[in-house]
Amino acid sequence: MALTTHAAEPVGGTGGLPAGSAAQRTRRRRLGLPPMTAKLATGLIISGAILLFGLLGPFVVQDPTRVDDIGLTGPSSAHLMGTTQTGQDVLAQLAYATRGSLTIGAIVGVLTLLLSGFFGVVGAYAGGWVDEVFSLFTNIMLVIPGLPLVIVISSYVPDKSLWLVALVLSLTGWAGSARVLRGYTLSLRNRDYVLASRVAGEKRWRILTVEILPNLIPLLASQMVFAVIFAILGEAGLSYLGLGASGSISWGTMLYYAQNGLALRLGAWWWFVPPGLLLALFGAALSLINFSIDEIINPKLRNQTRAARRSWLMSRKQLETAKEATL
Amino acid sequence: MHYLLRKVGFYVIALWAALTVNFIIPRLMPGDPVSLLIAKLGQRGPVTPEARASIEALLGTDTDQPLLAQYIDYLGNLAVGDLGQSVAYFPAPVTSIIGQTLPWTIGLIGLATVISFLLGIGLGTIAGWKRGSWLDNLIPVTTMFQSVPYFWLALILLFAFGSRWQVFPLNGGYDIYDTVPGWNAEFIGSVLYYGTLPALSIIVSSVGGWMLGMRNMMVSTLSEDYLLTAEAKGLRPGRMMRTYAARNAILPSISGFAISLGFVVAGSIVTETVFSYPGIGSALLEAVGSNDYALMQGIFLVITLSVLGANLLVDLLYSVIDPRTRART
Repeated sequence: MALTTHAAEPVGGTGGLPAGSAAQRTRRRRLGLPPMTAKLATGLIISGAILLFGLLGPFVVQDPTRVDDIGLTGPSSAHLMGTTQTGQDVLAQLAYATRGSLTIGAIVGVLTLLLSGFFGVVGAYAGGWVDEVFSLFTNIMLVIPGLPLVIVISSYVPDKSLWLVALVLSLTGWAGSARVLRGYTLSLRNRDYVLASRVAGEKRWRILTVEILPNLIPLLASQMVFAVIFAILGEAGLSYLGLGASGSISWGTMLYYAQNGLALRLGAWWWFVPPGLLLALFGAALSLINFSIDEIINPKLRNQTRAARRSWLMSRKQLETAKEATL
Repeated sequence: MHYLLRKVGFYVIALWAALTVNFIIPRLMPGDPVSLLIAKLGQRGPVTPEARASIEALLGTDTDQPLLAQYIDYLGNLAVGDLGQSVAYFPAPVTSIIGQTLPWTIGLIGLATVISFLLGIGLGTIAGWKRGSWLDNLIPVTTMFQSVPYFWLALILLFAFGSRWQVFPLNGGYDIYDTVPGWNAEFIGSVLYYGTLPALSIIVSSVGGWMLGMRNMMVSTLSEDYLLTAEAKGLRPGRMMRTYAARNAILPSISGFAISLGFVVAGSIVTETVFSYPGIGSALLEAVGSNDYALMQGIFLVITLSVLGANLLVDLLYSVIDPRTRART
């Protein structure tokens, strides 16, 4: 499973267009980008749209906190997605909530990447007792349940900032990906070319950054995408329980207020459906992107789909035999 | 034997780490939970010196006792099962509240997890065996349910079946007006009726994962040579599927099941909030809401212990069903 990937952004080509010609495809592969499949395109389009909504939405919508005496009303021309119990515009809240949730996702994604990279990659590369200690620590963090720990920690701090919530979420969420990274680094550090550069007298940090890290990039990217999904869901869960950052608006706080405002009993679907739907869509879109990154890490997954074989212009009979042979 | 020792050793260290985390958190955090708690307890009734000492040992104290002595006191209190007194449910001790709520959680969420696992494994086996059948094509739909956040799915189910069509009750663990808790038919029937919707929400959101994992393992197991041999020997397809393919394909799912069993108690928090179910998750939130630190720490401890216990159990079980794990170390 040799990876020809070199330092390149594995997520999201600038184009966003389905690959047409074979030349374009080979260029994408040489750059280390995943082949532009329908899955990847769908994922990029959905997550891109939500990202744009979170970035630009707050500039065009009304004030999300402005109270109106019209109370709980359904969608209308004045309020495209209806209003909450206190007459606040749901669309405006949704735009700010999207921004809030994505911010948490981005912060936790980066922090988790740093933590899991440190404990996974550095530990595995150093070997010896450092690896033993790091791996023991990782395994312990893995079995200590995350959500209860987050709840306990956050309950001691009455005034929580966004950063604190992000920090707590990353502290409880890095262990899983550190273990994955460790396993892969262990196999990398014993490859012939790494051993060769060690014999050639390369410095240790240089081997780590130049020989090993570039090969880890797809894996790091996919772990970071997981971390973002985990963070957004975690923050939503925490806020839904009423334990999120104080004064923030996110998909979770919207659901919290909807639940407390009896939106369920009053049948106010326009209040509690959109935030959950965006959460689900964003999670699904990121998972789709992750499938495509996985295909770089594990070439076995590549070209195994029916659609891919069809693109080789095989006849139905050939397809059947190929299927029998591979599966 | 070496494998066994290593495993048990790891869990002993993990247990120590969990206890220590539980000890450190209240002491690291800003504010003074001890005096807050004692002030609250004082409003409810007289605080005996023993109760005060036990709270100080659990949550930390501003006296100039060294940290090490506090730590020993704390471990000593845990050893005799003293977790302090609850404020939210005054004057009940924390242990009795945990004892009351834990059965609800294990009954509801444990049972739902087991049902979901069995259902997913069964369906996944068939989907992998008959690739391309309608069941196999159903898998993308069930995995879609997985990217839906659990608590939102539960909310939607509650809205549809509790509020819109009123098939199931909106909240609670049993009918508190017409039944008396105990081993009688009405109470058990009521518990089952109230538990159906929460259980359903857990099954719907988790069955897809089991199904997909099992299906993929079935597909890769089916390409092994020994199955070709089995087919050449002329074994019945049902026997090949069950005792040849599924038996080996189930191994990764079992270790996944371990992890999810451990998280039964932890994952209960969200389920029980949505359905206002009287389990340990609701008690934790109640404790958080009323700054009942003793109860909170106690519940956190129970959750951690249950996760560790379930993981240890399955690790040991796994070494029995898959001898390769013992050989590897």
